Amino acid sequence: MQDFEYVAPTTLEEAVRLLDGNGLKVKALAGGTDILVQLRANRFQVDRLVDIKGIPELNQLSCSEADGLTLGAAVPCYRVYEDERIARLYPALVDATSLIGSIQVQSRGTVGGNLCNAAPSGDSIPALIILGATCEIAGPKGRRTVQVERFCTGPGRNVLEPGEMLVSLKLPLPKANSGAHFLRFTPRKEMDIAVVGVGASVLLDDARQRILSARIALGAVAPTPLLAREAGDLLAGREASEAAIEEAAKAARAAARPITDIRGTARQRTHLVGVLTKRALGTAIARAKEGKKP
Amino acid sequence: MTGRTHVHTSINDTDVDFLCESRQSLLEVLRDVLWLFGTKEGCNDGNCGACTVIMDGRIVDSCLVLAVEAEGKTITTIEGIAQAEGLHPLQQAFLEGDALQCGICTPGFVLAAKALLDREPDADETRIRHWLAGNLCRCTGYDKIVRAVLKAGKEMREEAP
Amino acid sequence: MTATARQESKGSGPFKVVGTRTTRHDGVDKVTGRARFGADISMSGLLHGKVLRSPHAHARIRSIDTSMAEALPGVKGVATAQDFPIIRGQALDFSGAVSNARVTAEVILAHERVMYAGHAVAAVAATSPHIAEEATRLIRVDYEASRVERLGSGEDTSPGSNIASHIQLKRGDVEQGFGEAEVIVERELSTQTIHQGYIEPFASTAHWAPDGHVTIWTTTQGIFGVRASTSAILGIPESMVKVIPMEVGGGFGGKASIYLDPVAAVLSKKTGHPVKMVMTRKEVFEGTGPGCAAIMRVKMGADSSGRITAAQFWLAYQAGAFPGSSVSGGATTGTGPYNIDNFLIDGYDVVCNKQKTSGYRAPGQCQANFAIETVIDELAERLGMDPLELRLKNVVKEGDRMPTGVPFPYIDLRKLEETMKTHPHYSAPLEGPNRGRGVAVAFRGHGGQGAPATMNVNADGTISLITGAIDLSGTRTTVAMQAAEVLGLAAKDVILTVVDTDSVAQTGTTAGSRVTFEMGLAAIAAAQEVKRQMSARAAMLWEVQPEEVEFQDGVFTCNRSPAKRMTFKELAGRLARSGGPITCSVYAPSTGIGPSFAGNIVDVEIDPETGKVDILRYTAFLDAGQAVHPGFVEGQMQGATAQGIGWALSEEYLYTEEGAVANTSFLDYRTPTSMDLPMIDTVIIQVPNPHHPFGVRAVGEVPIVPTLAAVANAVYHATGVRMTRLPMSPGAILEALEAKKAQE
Ligand SMILES: Cc1cc2nc3c(=O)[nH]c(=O)nc-3n(C[C@H](O)[C@H](O)[C@H](O)COP(=O)(O)OP(=O)(O)OC[C@H]3O[C@@H](n4cnc5c(N)ncnc54)[C@H](O)[C@@H]3O)c2cc1C
Ligand code: FES
Ligand code: FES
Repeated sequence: MQDFEYVAPTTLEEAVRLLDGNGLKVKALAGGTDILVQLRANRFQVDRLVDIKGIPELNQLSCSEADGLTLGAAVPCYRVYEDERIARLYPALVDATSLIGSIQVQSRGTVGGNLCNAAPSGDSIPALIILGATCEIAGPKGRRTVQVERFCTGPGRNVLEPGEMLVSLKLPLPKANSGAHFLRFTPRKEMDIAVVGVGASVLLDDARQRILSARIALGAVAPTPLLAREAGDLLAGREASEAAIEEAAKAARAAARPITDIRGTARQRTHLVGVLTKRALGTAIARAKEGKKP
Repeated sequence: MTGRTHVHTSINDTDVDFLCESRQSLLEVLRDVLWLFGTKEGCNDGNCGACTVIMDGRIVDSCLVLAVEAEGKTITTIEGIAQAEGLHPLQQAFLEGDALQCGICTPGFVLAAKALLDREPDADETRIRHWLAGNLCRCTGYDKIVRAVLKAGKEMREEAP
Repeated sequence: MTATARQESKGSGPFKVVGTRTTRHDGVDKVTGRARFGADISMSGLLHGKVLRSPHAHARIRSIDTSMAEALPGVKGVATAQDFPIIRGQALDFSGAVSNARVTAEVILAHERVMYAGHAVAAVAATSPHIAEEATRLIRVDYEASRVERLGSGEDTSPGSNIASHIQLKRGDVEQGFGEAEVIVERELSTQTIHQGYIEPFASTAHWAPDGHVTIWTTTQGIFGVRASTSAILGIPESMVKVIPMEVGGGFGGKASIYLDPVAAVLSKKTGHPVKMVMTRKEVFEGTGPGCAAIMRVKMGADSSGRITAAQFWLAYQAGAFPGSSVSGGATTGTGPYNIDNFLIDGYDVVCNKQKTSGYRAPGQCQANFAIETVIDELAERLGMDPLELRLKNVVKEGDRMPTGVPFPYIDLRKLEETMKTHPHYSAPLEGPNRGRGVAVAFRGHGGQGAPATMNVNADGTISLITGAIDLSGTRTTVAMQAAEVLGLAAKDVILTVVDTDSVAQTGTTAGSRVTFEMGLAAIAAAQEVKRQMSARAAMLWEVQPEEVEFQDGVFTCNRSPAKRMTFKELAGRLARSGGPITCSVYAPSTGIGPSFAGNIVDVEIDPETGKVDILRYTAFLDAGQAVHPGFVEGQMQGATAQGIGWALSEEYLYTEEGAVANTSFLDYRTPTSMDLPMIDTVIIQVPNPHHPFGVRAVGEVPIVPTLAAVANAVYHATGVRMTRLPMSPGAILEALEAKKAQE
C-alpha cells in the first residue's frame, strides 16, 4: 500500500476542508475496518486519510423519548448495542450492529462507515431503512439531509460529493405498537458476510391485531440495500396473519434483483429473501406486541 | 513520501514513543519497530484475531488500527498480561487445560478472553463462544479453549473479594 | 453437554509418567507471547522480501522487466528463477516429482511458464515490506496466455492426457463378488480443494554470509527437508546451509513443503543483508499447496447377511500443476476397515492448472473415506442393518490383509466399533424433525523411518534431550515423558530442545503422526543408554561390577550391599568428578508405526428453509494405543474433528472464470469459528501397539478421517438426501432438498 497523509481534525469545518482534496485522492477514516482492508488489497489508493473520530459532533450519541436517536457517524457499533435506551427503542439496530464482524471489529467499526462504504450487504443499512433514518451531511456548500434509502447509489458508491461527509444519522422515535427486526443468513454463524439480509418494521393498531404500516428492506440482493416498498405497503390495513406475511414475502422476493457470486446464487438469494422476510416480520410483530401499551 | 509521525502511547504500563509511517498498522509497529512479537499476524484483514490487543479497555484487531491512531492510547499486549507473581489465571488455565496446540492463536485468545472476564466474570459457554468468534484457532476445535475460559472465570470470581 | 476431561494424576497401567496430563514444556512461553514463531525475528540490517505472483492460470513468460522495481528508492535486490542455479543446470523431470528439488524450484519461482494463478514469478528485497510490495507491482511481465486445464477429472486416460500416474490394487474377482451380492450400491462423489488453514502464514528469514554460509530461520515441519531443497536449488553443499527452526503456528502437512527459504537466501546473497519474507494470507491461499480435490466412484455389494462381497473403487485426485496428489493415500486406505475378498481399486493422479497440492492431515484419506463410508451407510440402509452392525460384520482383525496386501499386526477395530455401538450417544434419543445421526469409521496406516536423539545428564539430575524433530503441538512433552518414564524422573526434568540442522543428526519431517512414536523410541533408547552408563558409573564409585547395580524408581542400588544407595540426582552431581559427564547419541530404527483407527458419532439438525446444518452433538473415538498424554490426544481428536467439520460443511476453494482463486481470505474461506462447533466429546480406547515398548499408536491424523462421512451420513438421516459433493453448504443442501421435493 502506498503511503499517505494522515490527518485528524477536531472540528467539522476543518474536516470538510481537508476532505476537499483539490485533486488529491482523499477519504474519511472512521473505524477503518473497511477502508484499511480495501487499501491493503490495493482496491484503490489514497493521498490522504481524514480521521473523523476526533470531531465531537461525530461521537454524539443521544437517545431520548422526546427526540429519537441521533447517532454520530463515528460512533462504533459497541456503543450502539450496549446502550440500554437503544436496546429498548431500536432493537433492530442492536440486531444489526451486533452482527457486524467480531467483538474486535465492533470496537472500531461504525454504523456511519458501514453506510458510507455502501456495500450491498452492509448489515446496518436495511435496519436504518426500516427505521426511517435520515443522513445529516456536511460539505463545502453547507449542510443537507438525505433519506437513508437514497444514500447508496451502487456497490461502494453513495451520494456524497467531494468534500462532503456524513455527520450523523437521525432516527425518529418509534411509535407505540411498533416493532422491528433485522436478520441475515450466513453460512457461518458469525464472522461472515450476509448472503441475504432482511429488515422489517411494523406499526400495529391499538388492538395489536391489524398492521397499519410496514417497511421491509433487503440487503445483498441488489446493487444497493433496497427498500421493498410494495412488500411493506401491501401489509397496510391487513390482519397480522400468516397469509399476509406470506404475501409480503412473495412481494419482497419479486423486489429482489440478486446476482450469483461466490457467496450465493441468485436463486438461493431470492429464496432466502422469502424465508427471511417471513422471519423478520414474525419477530417485528412479536416485538410490537411485547412493548408496553400506550 | 509523507515522512514519519511521532506517536506517544502507553503500552503495558510503560510510556512508549515511536516514529511511524501513516500506512503502518499498530500490529506492524508493535512487532517490527517495538519487537513485541507476542502479538501475531494471521491474516492482516480482521478475520483471525491473532493480532488482538486491548486498547483503551476494548479488544481490537491491531492489524486494523493505524499506528498513528494509537496516539494517546493505552494498550495492553500479551507481554503485559502476566503479573509479577506469575501467570494470569487465564494463562494458567490455558496451560493446565491444554487449550493450546501450536500456540499461534493463544495470545489473541488470552487477550480477548481477559477483556470478556474483566467485564463478565460469569460468562457462560454460549457467551464465551460468541465473544471469541473473532479469534480463529485451527488446532484445538475450541473445546479446551472454551473450558479454560470457563475455568479461569470461576477462579477469578472466587479470588475477587 | 458432556464433559470429557478425566483428570489422571497418576500414569496409567504400569506407568508413572506416561498417561499423565503433565504441563507442556513450551507452554509458559506460548501463553506469555515469548515463543518465537516464523515471523517473530528481527536483526540489524534486515531487509523485507515480497513476491510477485501470476494473475494467469497458465501462460508462457516471454520476458520479465525488473528495471522499474529496481529503481524504486529502498529496493535493494530482485530475484527471478534465473537466479536459481538448479534451473540453469538441470532440466525438469517429473519422475519422483513429489520430493524433487527441480520441481520445487519451479514451484517457488516460475521459469518460462506460470502454471497457476498465484504462481510466484519474481521477488524483491527492500528496506520495508511496503516498499518491497510496491516494487513488485512495478515489475513488468510479458505473458502469453495458454489454454487452461482446470477440470482434472481423470476421465481421459489416453496417452498425452493429463493423468500423471495410475495406481491399481486388486484382490479376488470383483465380477464374481458382485454376482454373490444381494444389494449393490453405486455412487459418484466429489470433494473440492481445501486448505490446511494454519493460522501462521509461511515466513522465512535468510542470511547469506560473505563466507558462503547460509543461515535460515524458518517455520517448517522439517528442517532437514528445507536444508536439502535449499542447497540443491542454490547449488551449494548442504553443509553450507544451516536451518534454525522457529515455532510453527500450525502445519497439518502444509508446512512440509517449502516456498520462501531459497528465495530469501538468494535475495540475501544479492543484497548482502539478511532478508525476511512473510506471506500474506492471500498468498497462503493462492500460492501454497492445498489439499486435493477428488472425484470418486464406488460400487459395493453385500449379501443378505451383510458380508461385503465386492468393492470397486475409482479415484481421481487433482495434483495441481505438478504431479504428486495424495491419491495413493486414498486408494490404499479407503476400504481398510473392511475385510473384502474381491476388490479393484484404481487411483489416478491428475494434473491441472491449479496450485501444486500438499499433504493435509492424513493425506488423501478423508476424501476416500467420505466415499466409502457414505456407500457403507447406504448398504446398511438397503440391507435394513444397523450401520455399525454392518461394519462389525466385515471388521478387519489381526492377520487380515490391508488393501496393499500387508497383513494387519495386532489391532482391535472390533473393540472400537463395539465401544461406539454401546456408547450412550449412539442410543440417545434424537427427537424432533430435521435431525439425524451419522457414524463413520476410518483406518490409517503409518510407515516409519527411524529417529536420532542426543541425551546429556546435567549435574542437577535433569536431562537434556536434543532432537531435530519439529514440535507442532506438544511432542517436546510427549517425547520427554517417555524418557522420563525410563529414567524414573518427572516429565519436567527431561528438557527437550529442538535444535538446528548443524546440531543434530539428520531427522525426518514431522509428518505421518510419527514424532511421539518414533522420537519416543529414540528417547527411550537414549534413556536406556544413559541408564547403562549411569549404572556403570555407580558401579565404579562403589567398586562393584556393573551387573550388580540395579536401577528402579530413580534410585541406584547395589544388590550385593543394600547400604549402597544413590538417587539419580545424587549420582548426576558426582559425574564431573568421577570421569566426566554422561552423554549419548542414538539412532532408533523404526519398528513400523502400524495402523490406527478412529470413529465418529454425530448428530445434526438442518434448517430446511435455509439448508444450514447445525452440529448438535459430536463424539469422536480413537484407538490411541497407550495415550502418552491423554489431554493432547483429546486435543488432536477435537482439532481434527473441527477441521473435518469445516471440510464437510463450509470449506472449499472457489475459482474465477479465469481460474484464479476467488476466496483468498478467512472471510470467504470459512474455517469453523467457536460459534459453529459444539464441545467435542472424546473417547480414547487403548489397544497397545506391539511395535512400541509402551504400546503407543499414532494419533495425529486418523481422527480427521471419518468426520466428512459421519457428518454427511447424519445429514442424510436428517433430510433423506445423500450429499455426494462436499462441502454440504447451505446452498447445496437447499438445492438437494428442492430436487428431492420435485421428485416426490
Ligand atoms: C473481519 C470483518 C468482518 C466484517 N463483518 C461485517 C459484517 O458482518 N457486516 C457488515 O455489514 N460489515 C462487516 N464488515 C465491514 C465493516 O466492518 C463495516 O462495514 C463497518 O461498519 C465499517 O465501519 P468503519 O467505521 O470501520 O468504516 P471505515 O472503514 O472507516 O470507512 C468505510 C468507508 O466509509 C467512508 N466513511 C466512513 N465514515 C465516513 C463519514 N462520516 N463520511 C463520509 N465517508 C465516511 C470511508 O472513507 C470508507 O470509504 C466486516 C469487516 C471485517 C474486517
Ligand atoms: S492479523 Fe489481525 S485479525 Fe488476523
Ligand atoms: S493452537 Fe494452533 S491455531 Fe490455535
